[in-house]
Amino acid sequence: MTVTAAFFYLFAAITVASAFLVIAARNPVHSVLFLILAFVNSAGLFILLGAEFLAMILIVVYVGAVAVLFLFVIMLLDIDFAELRQGALQYLPISAVVGVIFLVELVLVVTTYTVDPALLNLPAAADAQPGITNTAQLGSVIYTKYVYFFQLSGLVLLVAMIGAIVLTLRDRPGVKRQDAAKQAARTRETSIEIRKVKNREGV
Amino acid sequence: MITLVHFLTLAAILFTLGVLGIFINRKNVIVILMSIELILLSVNINLVAFSSFLNDIVGQVFALFVLTVAAAEAAIGLAILVIFFRNRGTIAVEDINTMKG
Repeated sequence: MTVTAAFFYLFAAITVASAFLVIAARNPVHSVLFLILAFVNSAGLFILLGAEFLAMILIVVYVGAVAVLFLFVIMLLDIDFAELRQGALQYLPISAVVGVIFLVELVLVVTTYTVDPALLNLPAAADAQPGITNTAQLGSVIYTKYVYFFQLSGLVLLVAMIGAIVLTLRDRPGVKRQDAAKQAARTRETSIEIRKVKNREGV
Repeated sequence: MITLVHFLTLAAILFTLGVLGIFINRKNVIVILMSIELILLSVNINLVAFSSFLNDIVGQVFALFVLTVAAAEAAIGLAILVIFFRNRGTIAVEDINTMKG
């Protein structure tokens, strides 16, 4: 049990520290790298909680896709970050006040409420037999009870994908592209012109 | 012994850091998007912690859907950011007043 506690404090400390550095780092590239560190350590926390599938998904989706997407956008756009930092400190007092109030309220709520002890000793749910892995357990409910929500989340991803493509696609003027339909639709009449050239006169 | 309260406190701290990030980086949209990711991560930690301590898998199902929506939101947000930068040459939030909102 002490090993679990030690790992919890390790993962939690690194997560909080890197989350702080995400919002405090001067260079956005460093922010993204600290975001990746925060996600990896949260994946460790999820494993401590017994949610292995979500831990792996967190690494695959967040570290593999979202964070790399952030990195791509930061590096592809030519942004003057020094200019963006100008006047950043003018909001510091108000944000510090808001943050401290918020944190105190949240921690008060978390530490003063109690969970009914009977709830914490619930027997495992009916679909959670011992010996079944977390992934199999999740799959047994996602594809049966929550299949419509699962389909809906797929639809959300599809809409997001189409939306991102439509938003960023542009046809720049002056770029020559191959248009297969146009090529196939060419006829002899539209493309060549026959002229009679008189002898010894030239075109 | 690590209890539910430990995880909830950690999630509260992460959530506060995310909200603070939105306040501090008022000009930089990219860091604001990253702060939103932090907030969603703290929500996920809450859901998984409750799921684990209450022996109920539904919390993890919900966390999975939150993850899906977060990924979609990041993709759309960054796409909007890219076209905004293409049109205006800056990503400062304070300059985004085209729609006079």
